[in-house]
Amino acid sequence: MPLLQLTSASKSFSGHSILRDIDLTVEEGDFVSIIGYSGTGKTTLISLLAGLLKPTTGQAMMEGKPITGPGPERGIVFQNYSLLPWLTVEENIHLAVDQVFPEKSAAERKEHVATYIDMVKLTHASTKLPKELSGGMRQRVSVARALAMQPRVLLLDEPLSALDALTRATLQDEISDIWLKTRTTVIWVTNDPDEAILLADRVIPLLPKKDGATLGAAMSVPIERPRERREIDQDPIFKKLRHDLVSTLLSARKQQEASSVTRKLAVPDILPEDLTVIDTVKRSARSGPLRRSQLQKEEFKITVP
Amino acid sequence: MKLPGKLSLNAIFLPFLGVLLCIGGWALISGKSVTKTTTKDDGWGDMITVTETKRVGLSADLPAPSETWVASKPYIVEPFAKRGELDQGILRFTWLSLKLVVQGYLLALLIGTPIGFLLGLSRNFTLAFDPIIQILRPVSPLAWLPLGMVMFSGLKIADASGRTAFGTSDAAALFTIAICAMWPTVLNTAVGVRAVPQDYLNVAKVLKLSRFKTLTKILIPSSLPYMFTGFRLSLGIAWLVIVAVEMLIGKPGIGGFLWQQYNANSFAHIILSIITIGLIGFILDRLMSLAESRFRTA
Ligand SMILES: Nc1ncnc2c1ncn2[C@@H]1O[C@H](COP(=O)(O)OP(=O)(O)O)[C@@H](O)[C@H]1O
Ligand SMILES: [Mg+2]
Repeated sequence: MPLLQLTSASKSFSGHSILRDIDLTVEEGDFVSIIGYSGTGKTTLISLLAGLLKPTTGQAMMEGKPITGPGPERGIVFQNYSLLPWLTVEENIHLAVDQVFPEKSAAERKEHVATYIDMVKLTHASTKLPKELSGGMRQRVSVARALAMQPRVLLLDEPLSALDALTRATLQDEISDIWLKTRTTVIWVTNDPDEAILLADRVIPLLPKKDGATLGAAMSVPIERPRERREIDQDPIFKKLRHDLVSTLLSARKQQEASSVTRKLAVPDILPEDLTVIDTVKRSARSGPLRRSQLQKEEFKITVP
Repeated sequence: MKLPGKLSLNAIFLPFLGVLLCIGGWALISGKSVTKTTTKDDGWGDMITVTETKRVGLSADLPAPSETWVASKPYIVEPFAKRGELDQGILRFTWLSLKLVVQGYLLALLIGTPIGFLLGLSRNFTLAFDPIIQILRPVSPLAWLPLGMVMFSGLKIADASGRTAFGTSDAAALFTIAICAMWPTVLNTAVGVRAVPQDYLNVAKVLKLSRFKTLTKILIPSSLPYMFTGFRLSLGIAWLVIVAVEMLIGKPGIGGFLWQQYNANSFAHIILSIITIGLIGFILDRLMSLAESRFRTA
């Protein structure tokens, strides 16, 4: 019996179809990577598996039983870390451990927390608050929190997308080392073809279509582990897989764009300010309204079919 | 564009100039005493000397800054003196008022915060009670106080010596402060609870936190910055209300002092009271801002 399964699942938000005809089977011990452009519905897909969303039609199942809600047997690493900013590294993980292993003694739980902090090499930062950590460190905490719950399956939603390339590479290596030791089932969502092939046993593209994204054909990655980052891009298998994957994604994008008109909308360039904060001294010296162009990430593209 | 934190000379000089200009304007419109000595016929053929003191000026009865200072000096140089029930140093009055404000304010927080949470968490609760809240919110303390007097009429808790330690007017005062001051806490808490990021709630769901744990571990810490903004605004209102309340019930305190001095025609002391009320309000607000900013960065 497969560990996780989606059968002809679809998801729409207020009548607007995002995912359709999704069939996915994940066996115990699998490392599956799902790759797609941003906005295709990757987070939606992983939320179905996590139980945070219910499929509009079709079914999401774990070990043959329908998934009715989220639970600690499916650990999630969210796209934006989701650490609680008022808790230290240790406390964030402790909260999870206390919740999942209530039968353990306090000392055992403390030990457990320390083990996982050590696993992601953050022992020196265990009493720090998330805001004192770099993006890469935060994401390691998030991974440690998910692993500390000892989940049956680990769901990672673009865990490294917000990081710079060097940090991303380091973390890819670290996480794949951890995976070699623990062999937990992993579903890894990403938008980076190299990352998908480097890490996964099986890569499945999520392809945008006019009326909801569908999963493309799975590609298995028959490259020996441990995979050596420096040599892998010379590997002919890697090269071929990468080429196939990119062209699948590109042609799906082209088809979708051909069938629709894309308009760029001009949006107001000013973000609202909180004027309830009455502070005349600060107000007189304020730097002016925050502009969208100063925001880190802002994509506005409206597609009219 | 000016950088905050970089204090220019203007930042020190201009506030002084502003205060000076205001005092100057005050001096201009205020009245001053003029003593006129005239010699005139008293009607019987004798010449007598009459000394008349008259106040002249745009607003003849308004004491000038210098007069205000002279008249206020005893209250300021001995801020904690107690010469009588209604003749005490200015800080002593302030202290009495602050005590009452703090009691009413704490009551406001105690009632307002849970209501805010219910509003933030339950759509049905919001639908049911939001209209009432919007209607009660703008009602003036002057309107609540008489209602409080009616509600708590006959209440009397005596102390050991048989004197009333807590009576109708005390209860009415607390009631008025609490009900006027709680609205910012209610509304800001509700906004804060609604603004808890979905990510944090997802964490709670994945961990299967109980309702109570979700409240203490996620909802309260996450909405704390908003709650503190509410607490700060509430304190401002509580301080605003105290003056009106003390005037109406004649309790000793800064507001009671102001009203009594008006009745006694000591106009300079009204100005002293106003300045004190303003300064204390400003200090309270700064203190709360400090607390608030500590939570904002968290
Ligand atoms: N809760 C929601 N309500 C309405 N639309 C949503 C919701 N969540 C996601 N969407 C829409 O679904 C699409 C896919 O979103 P998402 O799954 O976050 O994409 P990805 O993670 O691949 O970037 C987006 O167009 C987004 O606007
Ligand atoms: Mg996403």
